[in-house]
Amino acid sequence: MTQSKLRILVSKLGLDGHDRGAKLIAHSLKQAGLDVIYLGIRHTIPEVIDLAIKKKVDYLGLSFLSGDHMTLVPRVISELKKRHANDIRIIVGGIILKKQVPELKAMGVQKVFLPGTPLTEIETYIKESSIAQTA
Amino acid sequence: MNGIRQASERLQQTILKDQLERSPERNDSFTSESGIPVKRLYTPLDLEQADYLSDIGFPGDYPYTRGVYPTMYRGRLWTTRMYAGFGTAEDTNQRFRYLLEGGMRGLSMAFDLPTQLGYDSDDPIAAGSVGRVGVAVDTLHDMETIFEEIPLDQVSTSMTINAPATVLLAMYIAVAEKQGVPAEKLAGTTQNDILKEFIARGTYIFPPGPSMKLAMDVVEYCFKHLPKWNTMSITGYHIREAGADAVQELAFTLANAITYMEAAKSRGLDIDDFASRLSYSLGCHRDLFEEVAKFRASRRLFAKIMKERLEARNPKSYLFRTFSGSCGSTLVAQQPLNNTVRITMHALMAILGGHQAIHTASWDEGHALPSEEASKLSLRTQQILANEAGLCNTIDPLAGSYYVESLTSEIEKRAAEYLQKIDELGGMLNAIESGYIAGEIQQSSLRLQQAIESGEKVIVGVNEYIEDEPEDEDEYLQIDQDIDEQQSNRLATVKAERDSASVKNALEELKKSIDSDENLMPPIIEAVKCYATVGEICGVMRDKWGEFRDTSFS
Repeated sequence: MTQSKLRILVSKLGLDGHDRGAKLIAHSLKQAGLDVIYLGIRHTIPEVIDLAIKKKVDYLGLSFLSGDHMTLVPRVISELKKRHANDIRIIVGGIILKKQVPELKAMGVQKVFLPGTPLTEIETYIKESSIAQTA
Repeated sequence: MNGIRQASERLQQTILKDQLERSPERNDSFTSESGIPVKRLYTPLDLEQADYLSDIGFPGDYPYTRGVYPTMYRGRLWTTRMYAGFGTAEDTNQRFRYLLEGGMRGLSMAFDLPTQLGYDSDDPIAAGSVGRVGVAVDTLHDMETIFEEIPLDQVSTSMTINAPATVLLAMYIAVAEKQGVPAEKLAGTTQNDILKEFIARGTYIFPPGPSMKLAMDVVEYCFKHLPKWNTMSITGYHIREAGADAVQELAFTLANAITYMEAAKSRGLDIDDFASRLSYSLGCHRDLFEEVAKFRASRRLFAKIMKERLEARNPKSYLFRTFSGSCGSTLVAQQPLNNTVRITMHALMAILGGHQAIHTASWDEGHALPSEEASKLSLRTQQILANEAGLCNTIDPLAGSYYVESLTSEIEKRAAEYLQKIDELGGMLNAIESGYIAGEIQQSSLRLQQAIESGEKVIVGVNEYIEDEPEDEDEYLQIDQDIDEQQSNRLATVKAERDSASVKNALEELKKSIDSDENLMPPIIEAVKCYATVGEICGVMRDKWGEFRDTSFS
């Protein structure tokens, strides 16, 4: 790791415009001292991954509220592999059914946050998981 | 009043003081959901400044605080409007017919994201979103299927469509024509409120200028050809859902309304010709008294703006006619059946607020689109409140409550201050483009989230009374994973069967009309009749106007 601060790219993919949660998370992670890039709504997978690679992010945080995660997440993972960037860890949150969590993890998502998760829990998770992995 | 003041002071020094010394209150201070300070007690002293005739008045009379019609629910109950639409056109047709048979009086149509953003179902960017949050419409063929065996002169249809409102309205007109129903008989609403898309909802396509032009084309065309159509539903609901508080919701909705009115005036339309065809929508959130006060304040402030600022002369233009519904963000995924209680509260506040149409969400919406059973329960909730609870026997029953009247005036005052601030910033378009509006909403959104996380605000099942719950997720509505393919196949069939030369011609005509800055409704109606797709028609406009990208991070 060359950069001192943990860096996360928070974005929405596809056509969903529900950005209240993503904005709150971006804001609170910034307050918690992370280096946050907030990309906003309506981005394509190649756009997001290009930026993630260029900015050398540690985490990619994706928010889904319109039921398109089971289609888009596998495409994100395979695009990352194709670009040899699978060291970027994927965190997903939003309206996701509990039974989909193991499926998402099997695809290669590191962590899924369901509705009602306190922002502090997400901050703590990112800080602790990064220590666990770099140690 | 002096007697009341003296008694109040004496009691504060005696029994209240003793009580507080023995056991202090639960909190040092109390506030409404939107952070407005709430006093221990309200008395006639709080209404000393109010003048009954000029501030409260009578229903159906200026300033309409008590309701827009003289008899309100004693004359006619509100329209129960359940938002529905998912999957394919057949799925939606089936759901609409089910709801109509169940006694629903108005249809409310949800479109999927590709349709709302002007893309066809076979566009690569639509992957994963076809038919998810609403029904997929690519061509007139889909619209024909959705309304099969539903005579369009016997229902009213509200369409949640904004950026491509011209295209979907054109399709509705074309379906009616095929059913033999003339345009002047069509009743319904196009949301067509593009400004709140830039502020809150995010389904904009074109830059603000051309977006406003399209919205105004609908207003102007309907004024001439669809006299019963509500051309715009100017919506606070989404602004609230993006995180705004009640005051901001009201203020920003009215600021948008003022912007549209001024745009229509500058097209040479007379305000009294079109204002009565605009309707409004506000959300039902958590705080019952604050919401009822918001609804009452909205009618009063709107009437004053129409009369004093915009100089409308026909009293019909002063009416803040509203559709209101459950704020989805107040429903939670944890212990989801508890949402039925929240939804009942939404219906109660909407009824006490005196709306013309009411939507109630379904208890399973924290997880998925509503199932048929959950959607029926929500419809029945409204019917139970309408018929069993004695709520509709008198008009505006909370009027005269010292608390509700005070809160009504406080919300009106705070909203008027926002409107003044927006004027100082050069109007709503400037306030939106400068990021001011987004910043204000973001602050409220953060404040509420922090209150929930700190436990200051209790949400049952989320930060208190938490349970480990096994979920029976198979009950939730699941959208067929193959729907992208099904819908793309259907589109391919329509494309193969249509007359492609006439499509090409119609799209050429549309281009010409854009260049000569004409009203685009007529060429769009011609294009949809040839089965031109939503993506093709919006594609022509994208080529001409480009797309808007939001680059403001907050």
